[in-house]
Amino acid sequence: MPLAISVRGLVHKYGDVTAVDGIDLEVREGECFGLLGPNGAGKTTTVEILEGLLVPTAGEVRVLGQSWNGNADALRQRLGIALQETTLADRLTVREIVRLFRSFHTRGLDPDAILATSGLTAKKDAWVMKLSGGQKQRLAIACALVGDPDLLFLDEPTTGLDPQARRELWEVVGDVVRRGKTCLLTTHYMEEAERLCHRVAIVDRGKVIALGTPGELIGRLGGSQVLEFGSSPEMSAPALEGLPGVTEARHVLDRWRLTVNAAHEAVPALLERLRQHGAELTALSTHQASLDDVFVAMTGRTLRGEA
Amino acid sequence: MSPLLELVLARLREFFREPAAIFWTYGFPTVLALALGIAFSGGSDPKSIPVAVTEGPLQSLRVQQLQEDPALAVTATSETEALSRFQGARIVLAVSGGQAVSYRFDPTNPEADAARRRVDDRLQRAAGRTDALVTEDRPVDSPGSRYIDFLVPGLVGMNVMSSSMWGIGYALVEARKRKLLKRLAATPMKRSHFVGSFLIARMVFLATEVATILVFAELVFDVHIQGSVLAATLLSIIGAMAFAGLGLLAASRTTSTETVSGLMNLIMMPMFVLSGVFFSASHFPDWMQPFIRPLPLTLLNDGLRAVINEGAGTGDVLLPLAALGTGALATLALGLRWFRWT
Repeated sequence: MPLAISVRGLVHKYGDVTAVDGIDLEVREGECFGLLGPNGAGKTTTVEILEGLLVPTAGEVRVLGQSWNGNADALRQRLGIALQETTLADRLTVREIVRLFRSFHTRGLDPDAILATSGLTAKKDAWVMKLSGGQKQRLAIACALVGDPDLLFLDEPTTGLDPQARRELWEVVGDVVRRGKTCLLTTHYMEEAERLCHRVAIVDRGKVIALGTPGELIGRLGGSQVLEFGSSPEMSAPALEGLPGVTEARHVLDRWRLTVNAAHEAVPALLERLRQHGAELTALSTHQASLDDVFVAMTGRTLRGEA
Repeated sequence: MSPLLELVLARLREFFREPAAIFWTYGFPTVLALALGIAFSGGSDPKSIPVAVTEGPLQSLRVQQLQEDPALAVTATSETEALSRFQGARIVLAVSGGQAVSYRFDPTNPEADAARRRVDDRLQRAAGRTDALVTEDRPVDSPGSRYIDFLVPGLVGMNVMSSSMWGIGYALVEARKRKLLKRLAATPMKRSHFVGSFLIARMVFLATEVATILVFAELVFDVHIQGSVLAATLLSIIGAMAFAGLGLLAASRTTSTETVSGLMNLIMMPMFVLSGVFFSASHFPDWMQPFIRPLPLTLLNDGLRAVINEGAGTGDVLLPLAALGTGALATLALGLRWFRWT
C-alpha cells in the first residue's frame, strides 16, 4: 500500500532539550493514524515537522512521497491542517473564515458544503468570538478540509473540550475517516485514539514505544480486563503472587493494577488473599483494558502525566 | 475567490467591527481638533489681560485710565491681595497706585511683558505723551495663519503615524500570539498576498482617516489645503508606508502584545513631543535640530504644513517625499527579512 507519510530517524532539539529522539513512522494512504502520548512527549513537534512548519535537526521526512525541500508550495496545496489551539480572528464570521481558507487553495470544496458536514450551518453568520470551544474546533477542522486535502493533520483536536463537545467532534472526524481520507491525529485521550484510529503509535519522551492497531496493543497486555484496588495496609508484591486469572500486577501511585483474563476467578481469589493478610479493601474497580493500560504497563505512568 | 481580495476584506471587516479602533482612528483626532481649535482660536474677542492696580492716592484714577482699554481687565486691590493673585495667573501685572509708577510682573512670561508695555503706553498717553506716528491694528485671522491652521496638519501627521504603527505592529503580534500566523503559514497562502493585504487595507484606512480630519477642519474651522492636493496625498501615503515599516520592524519577532506596545510607544513618544504636532519644532534649541529634523514625523508634518498652509506643490516637497520613501523601503525590507511566522 502506498505511504502517505514516511519518517526515518527523526530528531528535533530545542537548544539542549531533545523533543523528538529518533522516531520512525509510516502512515498508509487511507488510514487514520494516531500519535498517542502524554503532554510533552514530542507529538506536536513531530506533527509540525511533518506539516513543514519546523525543520528537523536530523532525519528523513517524506510527505505524500515528497520531501519538504523544494516542494513546499505544492505540498501545502494538498495538506489540511488543524493546529493545537489556534484562535482564528475574533470578529470574522464562520463563513468568512472558511471562504478565506478556501481562497488559498487552487482546488477545493464549497465552503457551505463543508460547514454543513462540520455541523456549523446554523452558526455560519456568527462571529468566531461567539462560538463555543467545540464549535471553534469544528471550524478549525472545516478550514483544514475546505482545500479537499490528500492528507489531514489534527493536532489534539479535542483537548480542553467537554465530553459532549468531544463526542460531536468525533462524529465529524469519524465521518472524514470513514470516507477514506488519510489522517494523522495526535491525542492524549486513549478513548479518542481507540475510536478514530486504525493504527496507533504510542510516543513517550520523544520515542515510539509501541506501534499497532488498538486491538493488538491491548492484546499484548495478556488480559482483557484491568482490576484496580487499594487496601489498608497496602499489599506487597510477593503477597499477590500466584493469583489465578491474573497475568500481570503493577503498582501505580497508591493502587495495584492487575491485568486479568478471567475476572470471575481473580476477584474472589483476591478478596480471600486480602482477608488472609488482614488487609481491608479501600477501593476496587474493574474496566475493559484500554490503551491507557498499555501506556501504564510500558512506562509505569498514566497518560495524564500522573506519577 | 481571489486570496488577496479575501485577505483585504478580512482586514477591513475586522477593523470596522471593532468600535474602539474606529474611535481612536476617526473620533479621537476630530475631538482633539475641535477642543484645541476652540481653546486657541478664542472666537472674535481677544482674551482680556488681567491687571491689578494696588493701593495709593492715584489708584482709582489709574483704574479709570486703564479701563479705557477694552483689552485689559482691571481690578483695584491691596498690595498683599495683588501678590496672592499672581499665583494661579489670576493677574499677570500689578501697577502701583502711588505717584511713582512701578510694575510688578514676570519678565520671562511673554504675556506679562506685553501687558506691561500696553499698560505703560496707556498711562504715558494719559499723562500727556503724544504718538509720533498714527498707527492702526489689523488682526490676523485669515485662513492659513491661525493656530488651528498650524494644528491640523500636525494632527494629520500624528494620526498617520499612530494608526499605521498600531494597525500593522499590534495586529501582527496579536495574530502571532494567537498562532494565526502559524496557521496561515501552513496554508498555500502566498506571503506577498498577506503583506499586500496589510498595506492595501492601510491605504483604505489612511484615505478615510485623513479625509475625516481635513473635511472636519474645512467645515468647522475653514482650514483649506492652500497647495497641491496631490502633494498632500503623496506625503500621507509615503509617510504611512514609512510608519507601517516601523510597525512591521517592531512586530517582526515580538511575541507579546505588551512588548510591542512598549516598543512602539518608545518609537512614537519622542516624535509626539519633538516633531511639531501641537507646537513648532523650532522652539527646541539649535543643537537639537539636527536630531529633530530627520525624524519621520517632523518630515511629514513640515511637508504637510508647507502644502496645506503655505500652498506648496509636489515639487516643493520632493525632499521629504524622498526621505520618507527611503525610510519606508528600508524598514519594510528589514522587517520582512526578520519576520517570523511562529
